[in-house]
Amino acid sequence: MEQAVQAEEVRPPVTQIGVIGWVRHNLFNGVFNSLLTIVTLFFLWKVVPPFFRWAFIDSAWHTTGQACKQAAGACWSVVSMNYRFILFGFYPYEQQWRPFLAMMILFGLLFYSRNRNHWKKPLAYAWIIGLFTMGLLMKGGIFGLKSVESTQWGGLPLTLLLAVFGLTAAYPLGVILALGRRSKMPGVKALSILYIELIRGVPLISLLFMSAIIFPLFLPEGVTFNKILRAQVAIILFTAAYIAEVVRGGLQAMSRGQYEAAESIGLNYYLTMRLVILPQALKIVIPPTVSILISAFKDTSLVVIIALFDLLKTTQTVLSNPEWMGFSREAYVFVGILYFLGCFSMSNYSRKLEKELSRGD
Amino acid sequence: MNIEKKASEGQMIEFIDVHKWFGEFHVLQGIDLTVGKQERIVICGPSGSGKSTLIRCINRLEEHQRGRITVDGIELTNNIKNIEKIRAEVGMVFQHFNLFPHLTIVENLALGPLWVKKVPKKEAEEAAMVYLEKVHIAEQARKYPGQLSGGQQQRVAIARSLCMNPKVMLFDEPTSALDPEMIKEVLDVMIELAREGMTMIVVTHEMGFAKSVAHRVLFMDFGKIVEGNTPEEFFKNPQHERTKLFLSQILH
Repeated sequence: MEQAVQAEEVRPPVTQIGVIGWVRHNLFNGVFNSLLTIVTLFFLWKVVPPFFRWAFIDSAWHTTGQACKQAAGACWSVVSMNYRFILFGFYPYEQQWRPFLAMMILFGLLFYSRNRNHWKKPLAYAWIIGLFTMGLLMKGGIFGLKSVESTQWGGLPLTLLLAVFGLTAAYPLGVILALGRRSKMPGVKALSILYIELIRGVPLISLLFMSAIIFPLFLPEGVTFNKILRAQVAIILFTAAYIAEVVRGGLQAMSRGQYEAAESIGLNYYLTMRLVILPQALKIVIPPTVSILISAFKDTSLVVIIALFDLLKTTQTVLSNPEWMGFSREAYVFVGILYFLGCFSMSNYSRKLEKELSRGD
Repeated sequence: MNIEKKASEGQMIEFIDVHKWFGEFHVLQGIDLTVGKQERIVICGPSGSGKSTLIRCINRLEEHQRGRITVDGIELTNNIKNIEKIRAEVGMVFQHFNLFPHLTIVENLALGPLWVKKVPKKEAEEAAMVYLEKVHIAEQARKYPGQLSGGQQQRVAIARSLCMNPKVMLFDEPTSALDPEMIKEVLDVMIELAREGMTMIVVTHEMGFAKSVAHRVLFMDFGKIVEGNTPEEFFKNPQHERTKLFLSQILH
């Protein structure tokens, strides 16, 4: 048997490790940092207990608006008594299980798609069937489902509809525009630049107005386009222009050598892009792309200006009811949490994706 | 080293009065060159002399603006189908390897056969493993390029080109970016390739390699082929002043 070398383990001093070490290193590391720690603690002490008291102890959870006015703390009743309207808007009350089910299907699909090992053909079919079912549930009209006009759609399903379709359609369009802008064909290049610069030079609000008010003027009489569809198209066009510029940044980061190597083994332009350049370029720009997607998700709330009842608008509508007037804090905290969940899961997922894709570095 | 130095009959590549400009700069000033099948040519010359540009014209990474280039009977024009056909037949190894960093070694190798030649995946990967054996690096197949040393990466790059079964291999300063202790492992692979009768055009300053492997050594300066001769004659009796000066500089 080989003799084991028994080295006596020398542990670092207690002041360097463990809780004390951590506190010293992170909180009281120098005069200035110690001061900052103390000031921060003081603020936390001043802010957290009162907030906790307001939100949980003195709060009313399931009362009428009248009873709420007596409570000293938060009035969560504004949410709990109105959540069906906030979440589903004017969708017929007894039919609201349908948008709920549609959202559950969407969440299920999104959750299942998180894992890249699942990105195979069956998943694509699942999405197609899922989207079809969701549309069916929302719209109805067959299989004994009561028909619900899209003008009655609202709340969270509308926000998700605009966001999910907006983002998934804008991304490929943005990539194509980025490639177009770097194309050697002058026509394609000029068109891409024109598109990107025009759209980026205009606020989303004006695009939405154009889609809602100006665009119908050009249609022949009797021809109408669904309002949600028009807003959807505006969001897609707008987001795509921003994604295009971010992707272009990623393309510019690629060395000429990668193109040359791909060409030298006989790959054509399409295959070079698809197999060699884009996988690398898109990976580089994951962080800025996700920033754009997150801000686009939040920008869907701008559709209120063309009178679509998205999540934010339904909340505002509840607040304009005399019974619930004055409880905007609580209602907006609730909506804020919903938006945060959406944005945070996107950014969380992008970090996971980045980690998985960085194996080769 | 004993390598058969007789090139077989027939020509592989032909340059007739080829000119190229980068903007105002006249990089190639009338190149006439014929490379036979299985012939091995080493091109040397000072930097900026146009030697890299010359071989990059062969698979159209650079476009020539006057004259004619013919590869294996196909003339290089703007016809994209011809260019793709030629690229699939001409392998190229770069100074900076240019492996695809997002793919494993075996995926790097299989990419061309899989997508250009439409070989089934399993076959392509099996073939890739054979070529990796050949460059003595099969055990690294599942790693990513970033995990390999420079010499190993360059050998992978050679194997990647070989996977396409090329008729010609172009080497653009394949050892210039390598640490000195890794140069030999790459040259050894190239010598094995030469032994098997591959047509090769190599831009390099490795004169030992030129002496033992090349049929002809060309010296380029200011966009022209100044002289070309068998290695024995080239090193013993350089004809031009510029060649003499260059050789004295690199051979010390």
